[in-house]
Amino acid sequence: MMNALRLEARLSDHDRLYDAFIRMHDGLSEAESQKASAKLVLLLANHIGEPEVILEAIERVRADMGDGSD
Amino acid sequence: MPAARRTFPFVTPPEVETGRTAEVPITIVGAGPVGLSAALDLAARGQRVLLLDRDDVVSDGSRAICIAKRTLEISDRLGIGERLLEKGVKWNVGRVFFRDQEVYHFNLLPVDAQKFPAFVNIQQYYWEEYLIDRIADEPLIDLRWKNEVTGVEQDENGVTLSVETPAGGYRVRAEWVIAADGAHSPMRAMLGLDFQGRIFEDHFLIADVRFKHEHPDERWFWFDPPFNPGQSALMHKQPDDVWRLDFQLGWNIDREEAVKPENVTPLVRGMLGPDVEFEYEWISIYTFQCRRLERFLHDRVIFAGDAAHLVSPFGARGANSGVQDIDNLGWKLDLVMRGAAPRDLLESYDHERVQAADENILNSTRATDFITPKTPVSRAWRDAVLELARTHEAIRPFINSGRLSTPKIYEDSPIETPDAPGEFTPDMKPGSPALDAPVRLADGSDGWLLEQLGERFQALVFVSGTAMAEGMAKALAATGEEKAAIEPLFVLPAGISPSGLEAHAVVDRDGLVAERYQGRAGTVYLLRPDQHVAARMRHFEPAALRRARDRAMGRG
Repeated sequence: MMNALRLEARLSDHDRLYDAFIRMHDGLSEAESQKASAKLVLLLANHIGEPEVILEAIERVRADMGDGSD
Repeated sequence: MPAARRTFPFVTPPEVETGRTAEVPITIVGAGPVGLSAALDLAARGQRVLLLDRDDVVSDGSRAICIAKRTLEISDRLGIGERLLEKGVKWNVGRVFFRDQEVYHFNLLPVDAQKFPAFVNIQQYYWEEYLIDRIADEPLIDLRWKNEVTGVEQDENGVTLSVETPAGGYRVRAEWVIAADGAHSPMRAMLGLDFQGRIFEDHFLIADVRFKHEHPDERWFWFDPPFNPGQSALMHKQPDDVWRLDFQLGWNIDREEAVKPENVTPLVRGMLGPDVEFEYEWISIYTFQCRRLERFLHDRVIFAGDAAHLVSPFGARGANSGVQDIDNLGWKLDLVMRGAAPRDLLESYDHERVQAADENILNSTRATDFITPKTPVSRAWRDAVLELARTHEAIRPFINSGRLSTPKIYEDSPIETPDAPGEFTPDMKPGSPALDAPVRLADGSDGWLLEQLGERFQALVFVSGTAMAEGMAKALAATGEEKAAIEPLFVLPAGISPSGLEAHAVVDRDGLVAERYQGRAGTVYLLRPDQHVAARMRHFEPAALRRARDRAMGRG
């Protein structure tokens, strides 16, 4: 059976994680920051290991961004 | 425009005329909520206190505003809890907005069946007035207005303060001094102490406005609202139809211009709507810092409240943690002064309250970083959270508009006795503040567990019936020690009458005491005089209780 993207709350320690997300960018230029975020996604994608799940997340993000006119 | 602030008369201290040095065991510097609470706490333990304040008036404006449950419980012990509860605004719902849309709302869902709610909102001046009213009935406290400490010297045996008044100067000699003189603490400066941490480059404007518009008693928080683009804003209800409005202004502003009503009104109108009639009660501007002293204990000068640690306002962790400092300090200082505990016990104040300050600083720093992102990338991440959270509930816990003050559960405190392995779950572990629950008293009336606790060491003992309690009471009495007796409080199951039992007992009428404390017959909690758990065990053993009590008193 193919797994769907899990949308129920699963994490703990949100504030510590968020802080780490932000600190990951300390001292980086904007272009470097974009690269850092991409590297993070790539590592997490590998950890998830299920292409369909990742593709569903991509679709959701794209829908949430609207038409890009923001 | 503003409500009249209560002022207090300056009375020439006798020492100004006699030229003598005032000799008092304890002097407290600063009569804000922390200093006033400290004076009441120590007087309740029988200590004589001199309380000095350089001003003669209560706080202006809302300032501290949100009083947390734990602070209300401490204030109840000091005699003003019910007054705060009666006057204060209770609120449970918080709404978070991003730009022009609500992202989500939360309900604080306070633990049911406790005497006090998660928070009440009240202007700081009421809080101070209630404390001052109580002090008027307390002969052990000598509260002196317009008495400014201008010099501090200390030696092995005490502290000498130089005090200036409108009528002239005098000196005070005290065994101990509590410095509760606020964020800009002159005591800290006079002792040349370093204050370490972060200063945030941002300004917030506070407008306390009075208006009679229908609006729910809720906390509203805006990220990047249309009426204050790129910044944040907060709205909180207070008593007397006064609303506390906070607007982030950024760093590069003209402070004098920013507080002029003509510049504030567009923000207020943007938030409240174009037609609301309002008047200003108070307008102020603040910057914030997350800093603390390296140590709170400096020989015989003990720092508490903002004088010891500063946090940003998000989460209401300032005054609340200050009063919790006092709750921690009062009993320890009292026992040391009575010679019942070694002076080392005060080191545990430093250990426990520095730990609390670090937790508060961590939480308020993270909230500040979320609320006021300082780089394009941190703003992008922040906005990504807010946008995605509108449709994805799982992302909402990342939203941080302030993590609201909760009491510190002390970790690895030198004065707590750890659980034996496997006996309890971590809930209510040693270091935790005792949790309230409804109880029935021996006379048949209803009351609250926390009303039965505090000011002395107590053993909360779960028993199956009165016979069990009788035997235990005798065994405990035999361990008697006048200065630090352990007083039992027996918890009887619902349906069992405490009549005929001489010892202090309550009936667990709804079973919530047993539930919250994992209690069963024989379970015993040793509670410190500040209602924190010192130790707990599954079997009632007077010798083990005594050992835990000795440890809680710093006897090694």
